[in-house]
Amino acid sequence: MGSITLKQVTKSFGDVNVIKPLDLQIRDGEFIVFVGPSGCGKSTLLRMIAGLEDTTSGTIEIGGQDATHMPPAKRGLAMVFQSYALYPHMSVRNNIAFPLKRAKVEPEVIEEKITTAAKMLNLTDYLDRKPGQLSGGQRQRVAIGRAIVRQPSAFLFDEPLSNLDASLRVNMRLEISELHKSLNTTMIYVTHDQVEAMTMADRIAVFNGGVIEQVGTPLELYQKPVNRFVAGFIGSPKMNFIDVQPSAGDATHCIGVRPEHLQVTQDNGLWTGKVGVIEHLGSETFLHVHVENTGTLTVKTDGECPLKYGDVINLTAPQNKILRFDKAGNTITTDTADKPAISSAS
Amino acid sequence: MATTHSRTLAKLMLLPSVSLLLIWMIVPLCMTLYFSFLDYNLLMPGDNAFIGLMNYEFFLTDPAFIESFFNTLLLVLGVLFITIGGGIGLAILLDQAIWGRNYVRIMVLAPFFVMPTVSALVWKNMFMNPVNGLFAHFAEFIGVTPVDFFAEMPLLSIIIIVSWQWLPFAALILLTAIQSLDREQLEAAELDGAGPFSKFIYIVVPHLSRAVTAVILIETIFLLSIFAEILVTTSGGPGYASTNITYLIYTQSLLQFDVGGGSAGGIVAVIIANIVAIFLMRLIGKNLEG
Ligand SMILES: Nc1ncnc2c1ncn2[C@@H]1O[C@H](COP(=O)(O)OP(=O)(O)OP(=O)(O)O)[C@@H](O)[C@H]1O
Ligand SMILES: [Mg+2]
Repeated sequence: MGSITLKQVTKSFGDVNVIKPLDLQIRDGEFIVFVGPSGCGKSTLLRMIAGLEDTTSGTIEIGGQDATHMPPAKRGLAMVFQSYALYPHMSVRNNIAFPLKRAKVEPEVIEEKITTAAKMLNLTDYLDRKPGQLSGGQRQRVAIGRAIVRQPSAFLFDEPLSNLDASLRVNMRLEISELHKSLNTTMIYVTHDQVEAMTMADRIAVFNGGVIEQVGTPLELYQKPVNRFVAGFIGSPKMNFIDVQPSAGDATHCIGVRPEHLQVTQDNGLWTGKVGVIEHLGSETFLHVHVENTGTLTVKTDGECPLKYGDVINLTAPQNKILRFDKAGNTITTDTADKPAISSAS
Repeated sequence: MATTHSRTLAKLMLLPSVSLLLIWMIVPLCMTLYFSFLDYNLLMPGDNAFIGLMNYEFFLTDPAFIESFFNTLLLVLGVLFITIGGGIGLAILLDQAIWGRNYVRIMVLAPFFVMPTVSALVWKNMFMNPVNGLFAHFAEFIGVTPVDFFAEMPLLSIIIIVSWQWLPFAALILLTAIQSLDREQLEAAELDGAGPFSKFIYIVVPHLSRAVTAVILIETIFLLSIFAEILVTTSGGPGYASTNITYLIYTQSLLQFDVGGGSAGGIVAVIIANIVAIFLMRLIGKNLEG
């Protein structure tokens, strides 16, 4: 029912190609997250799937049926907007009832569905309020309630949590994941926040400039990014990139090491540097280490770190945790054994 | 937001202008009130004796009063109906992405800048004239007898003229309201299965209610005192068929030189205007809150 297939889909606004030819298979019941930098076309693609934006070329199939030119209401999808898009003059009850009333559902059935949805989303006490009298989190729940009563074949979320404060965001994140587990409906979720992406997704699609760079499970993207862009985009703090001189028989132009894989050693490190700013987060510590001729490396260490500003330290990393990128930025994926070891000389 | 201190200061600063305005308003009002109790006619200079409520009795029992009272109501309601209905339609049209829409918007606003006397004259002589008017020519063209608008439907003709003047105002206010409507709400409604009609009824109209309220309140204030259009076109006739309260007071006091009677009419008009204002605020004023 809720599988969505995009085939060679493109979108142009005038001369600007916002979505380059793009293929994507979303399986029924899957939670897929679109991430990518601002302006890369995530919202545009979501809106195309919803039918709010027409498709320049290519086909969109929903539940195995060609839906490229279907009007939005016929696609059986529900969308939750970043601005919630609640109807401000209607009570919460009427907001949730709106799609059902449009579909001419019996009043008793509507009442029943509202009650169920309100219970599920903790909205029972607020049913007779107007959206203006609710907090951000409650409004978001109303928007979700309005989406679930229709029993859509897929949910589309466009940065639904970005207007909420940090702690509420964590709660709502869990609630949405919970909802996905209990409804088992396909969900497409657009976000900027890679923590949301990593924690919620079954699969993540990383967008960049209108193309999908990589699709995969969160761990796949973390462990085996296909290129430098994905490597830099997934993981926090960002991966360290160090340019190296390519040598004969080795196309490596750049290597990448995640901050959590760098280790501070007393001697014999790959790099030697001077400790700059130290950020204590309690459970962990981020060191910004200035390495001569290489730049600043971010290192993630334990919460209790005895180092001080200005200390000179050695850094090293396990060879199998070092990623290598060629000139074009693609990951070089031969076995570690075949590759010359990264040495301090580089 | 403001502290008590700054609020006191603000009141102090406002005091001069407010008192000036108050004096400006109170003095003529008191004089009118005073004159309305006198037997004061410019054609009969005398001692201007105090005659109590005689002037009011005269004004209120005049059959012309009842007629012009209903004419006033009809005029206000008719123009409100046309301008708000037409204004919403026009606003929706102007909101569409059409070529040169900025110029169209300015052109639509133009009638509002035409002086009432001028626009009434234009309508009287160029459109509604039974011999030379465009409507008469058009009627002849399709082979029917031209209508003598001001003789056969004087009040309706005036309603049409006044509506033409106020339509741009309503359309402009409603257009800005439509433009402030969150597009995502419309998109959400579309996904929820609302067709164009449902979207209009359930999303656009409620969103416009506040702007419509503002238009009703502002227009009513001005429409209660329509005068120039009547003077220029029908002079209140035939009979009293197109006389409103304002015009009736004019005929009483100025054409008959009866200052006392005219003043009584003026006070009655003030009372009517206040009743309408209270009524309106009760009825729709809550739309403006919050
Ligand atoms: N109606 C439009 N007309 C022209 N260009 C548009 C239109 N809508 C979006 N764009 C362009 O398309 C590109 C992608 O926009 P989109 O909103 O999909 O980005 P996004 O990935 O959702 O970004 P963000 O994360 O900031 O929301 C942007 O460069 C934007 O300028
Ligand atoms: Mg977006």
